[in-house]
Amino acid sequence: MRAFVSRDMASVGLGADEVAAALIAAGVEVVRTGSRGLFRIEPLVEIETPDGRVGCGPVAADEVAAVIDGTHRNRIGDVAKLPFFASQQRFTFARCGIVDPLSLADYAAHGGWIGLDRARRAPPAEVVAMVRESGLRGRGGAGFSTGIKWQTALDAPGDAKFIVCNADEGDSGTFADRMLMEGDPFCLIEGMAIAGHAVGAARGYVYIRSEYPFAIETMRAAIALAAERIAPFALEVRVGAGAYVCGEETALLDSIEGKRGQVRAKPPLPAIAGLFGKPTVINNVLTLAAVPFILANGAEAYAAIGFGRSRGTMPVQLAGNVRNGGLYEIGFGVTLGELVDDVGGGTESGRPVRAVQVGGPLGAYFPASMFDLPFDYEAFAAAGGLIGHAGVTVFDDGVDMMRMARFAMEFCAAESCGKCTPCRIGSTRGVETLDRIIAGDRPDENVALLRDLCDTMRHGSLCALGGFTPFPVLSALDHFGEDFGAADIAGPVE
Amino acid sequence: MKTEDPRIGRVRALAAAYHAPDGLLPLLHDVQAAFGHIDDIFVPAIAEALNLSRAEVHGVITFYHDFRRVPAGRHVVRLCRAEACQARGARAIEAAAVERLGVAMGATRADGAVTLEPVYCLGMCATGPNALVDGVPVSRIDGARLDRLAAEILA
Repeated sequence: MRAFVSRDMASVGLGADEVAAALIAAGVEVVRTGSRGLFRIEPLVEIETPDGRVGCGPVAADEVAAVIDGTHRNRIGDVAKLPFFASQQRFTFARCGIVDPLSLADYAAHGGWIGLDRARRAPPAEVVAMVRESGLRGRGGAGFSTGIKWQTALDAPGDAKFIVCNADEGDSGTFADRMLMEGDPFCLIEGMAIAGHAVGAARGYVYIRSEYPFAIETMRAAIALAAERIAPFALEVRVGAGAYVCGEETALLDSIEGKRGQVRAKPPLPAIAGLFGKPTVINNVLTLAAVPFILANGAEAYAAIGFGRSRGTMPVQLAGNVRNGGLYEIGFGVTLGELVDDVGGGTESGRPVRAVQVGGPLGAYFPASMFDLPFDYEAFAAAGGLIGHAGVTVFDDGVDMMRMARFAMEFCAAESCGKCTPCRIGSTRGVETLDRIIAGDRPDENVALLRDLCDTMRHGSLCALGGFTPFPVLSALDHFGEDFGAADIAGPVE
Repeated sequence: MKTEDPRIGRVRALAAAYHAPDGLLPLLHDVQAAFGHIDDIFVPAIAEALNLSRAEVHGVITFYHDFRRVPAGRHVVRLCRAEACQARGARAIEAAAVERLGVAMGATRADGAVTLEPVYCLGMCATGPNALVDGVPVSRIDGARLDRLAAEILA
């Protein structure tokens, strides 16, 4: 008998290792996969049968006998038929949770390397054109056209060029990069090799945050296994050291160079003068991992899905106090309410949803009254927020939004690289100002001061850390003013 | 002449694997893995090996949260305090962890039994509150789970 059990870090956090050990002790052959992406059913065990895989979950280690004899109380059947999975459009995450992440045979059998082979038969400019026509935009949050970025690097003169993958996924509420690296690492490797061919880079780096030990181990093993397949392109993992700001692309480049992870002024763009001063394509994990699909299936197939100028799919991450938390890949245009209420099933606590933070610590908090907002870069920007890396963190009515606004400033103060004043000093002043509001000290005056400070940080900071910290703070004020006590939360006084 | 701390020779041996300044972060990770922390007395040897100034090495060590200049406790609990875990009750769990482990957040117990540290997101955001306990992920931490963890750690 063969069974599939996830070794995704979140599954292991829920006891998947103990379940796998119990199955092995019972004589079952166990294949460790990535996670399918619905954590309510983890640890999930899928048994191989002539009619396909039959899933049970969640399963405890002392329940494996019931899984083996087919009587487990949490028997699901075909996991892919659950509404959570059946309604997804999995372009990037098609293999995650199904294949053995470190099996080259599995990868090839599930459509792997088709994109790279196709790319290498075409001239670089043609590959870049395909990526541009797909409409793919940077999935790290900025939403910049990947094709234009690649074209800039291709056109830039240079004896050496680099591909850098930003796997410093520090936003709370996001885990798609981690899941992909742990569950389908060859997909990212293939995307990076395609990028290398497209812009003429021979070497690439994957910069992974140290908080992701499983992803580091899996990526290193996968790179060693795929080295021959992607040669002459060569890849290396670099490990971060607990600095959130290194998710900013220029800080990340400085960190790879062995320096403090401080933000660089732009221009020059990294595509022209990036790592070690050479032309560098730096893209997020999800951006690079979307590329094999585009090359294999054509730009049109990717661009056919989406909304407005946001083309293709987004691996949305449902997080926080949500019943069906996990990875939900879907075309742009799905509304926030559909994600939270229909897919997510509301809060896990069963209490009403009060606030949803989209896009990590720098994203805005939205109330349920804004749930008709479509998932689209432009629509979220117009609503005073951002999609970011598509983390959707749900809070129930127990949340104190004044505390969350303070936390946003506190986090910025802890993680500021220190290079620019609005972020370095502004965040600390923001914490102090919020502390005065919390203490009831001249609340009206201090809220006005806080808004003014946010304006300075927004327009005066060098990067998104200081520049976007005002989003959670201002959205808390604007949509949840009742949490700010006696303060008159209206806009800045003239 | 003062005898050199024998650990410095081991730091030099680790540094031999790196030649350019961009080897600094990987080397610091290696040194911390070998000794549990990066002692200030290692800095000159690291700087010399990579042709950097001591100030540059010191600047990098102190910039990154991961690098320790003093040893940690025998056990290290890295408890997430980011938004998604807060949405699932992490503030209360943090308060309870401080009480049951007998150590302040960000500190090491006087008897060296445990270090409690904040971490801002482990990427397990649908099943918090989360922690890494000696590198092992632990999810859905509630009072009972915390009691078991504290009992194991302080045993």
